[in-house]
Amino acid sequence: MVAQNIFFGITAFVMAVGAVRVVTTKNVVHGALWLMVVLAGVAANFVLLASEFAAIVQVLVYIGAIVVLFLFGIMLTRAPIGREANLDNSQRIPSLLVGLLVFGLLASVLAKQWGRVHVHPGPVQRTADVANSIFTQYVVPFEAVSVVLLAALVGAVVIARRD
Amino acid sequence: MLLNQFLFLGAFLFAAGVYGVLARRNAVLVLMSIELILNAVNINLVAFGAFRNTVVGQVFALFVIAIAAAEVGVGLAIVLLIYRNRRSIDLSEVDVMRG
Repeated sequence: MVAQNIFFGITAFVMAVGAVRVVTTKNVVHGALWLMVVLAGVAANFVLLASEFAAIVQVLVYIGAIVVLFLFGIMLTRAPIGREANLDNSQRIPSLLVGLLVFGLLASVLAKQWGRVHVHPGPVQRTADVANSIFTQYVVPFEAVSVVLLAALVGAVVIARRD
Repeated sequence: MLLNQFLFLGAFLFAAGVYGVLARRNAVLVLMSIELILNAVNINLVAFGAFRNTVVGQVFALFVIAIAAAEVGVGLAIVLLIYRNRRSIDLSEVDVMRG
């Protein structure tokens, strides 16, 4: 348990730094790379919670595909690769206030409700059980997500196509 | 491990994402902040799944990941279209529908 707590502490610190850097960095490409650090930390937390399949999918889909998609977006919109001065709008202080308020509200509610509840991840949750759950109990949402993905794919092509 | 340490981490990522969505001008950076928010949700789902010793948390996290992939695809297509029409992806300049 101690080793897991130390591991969690390290990943949580790195993720917190990464998340702050994503929303404050002056360089768009650095933002995408810091986002990658946060996503890797999320995958590490999934491993800590004995959810190996979600961790693998997180690495494959998020780090493998979505970050690359972001980098493509940055290149295609010809953002300056170096530092850029005006990445933030004029609402920084109100936004900071809203962010702190959201965190304070969530933290107070969570601390009240789940004060000292411990989580004991059992043995690793098997991928076969995940598959069973998806293809029996949640087969209708699964098919719906398939249709959503197809629609999004076709929609993205239609939107971005040059007429 | 406390359940709360994961929930607090999720709350922090969520708050950082909210700040990013509100304060950023660059459309790609706003989409990245939305990814932060979705990942906060995923941490919560998986943490509660492990807490209750069921795979349902993982299943829902997988659904969220699939929706996030679709969202990024459509979002970046829209950003590319904005860039093609206006030569800039500054969201402060996209105000045609402002009342």
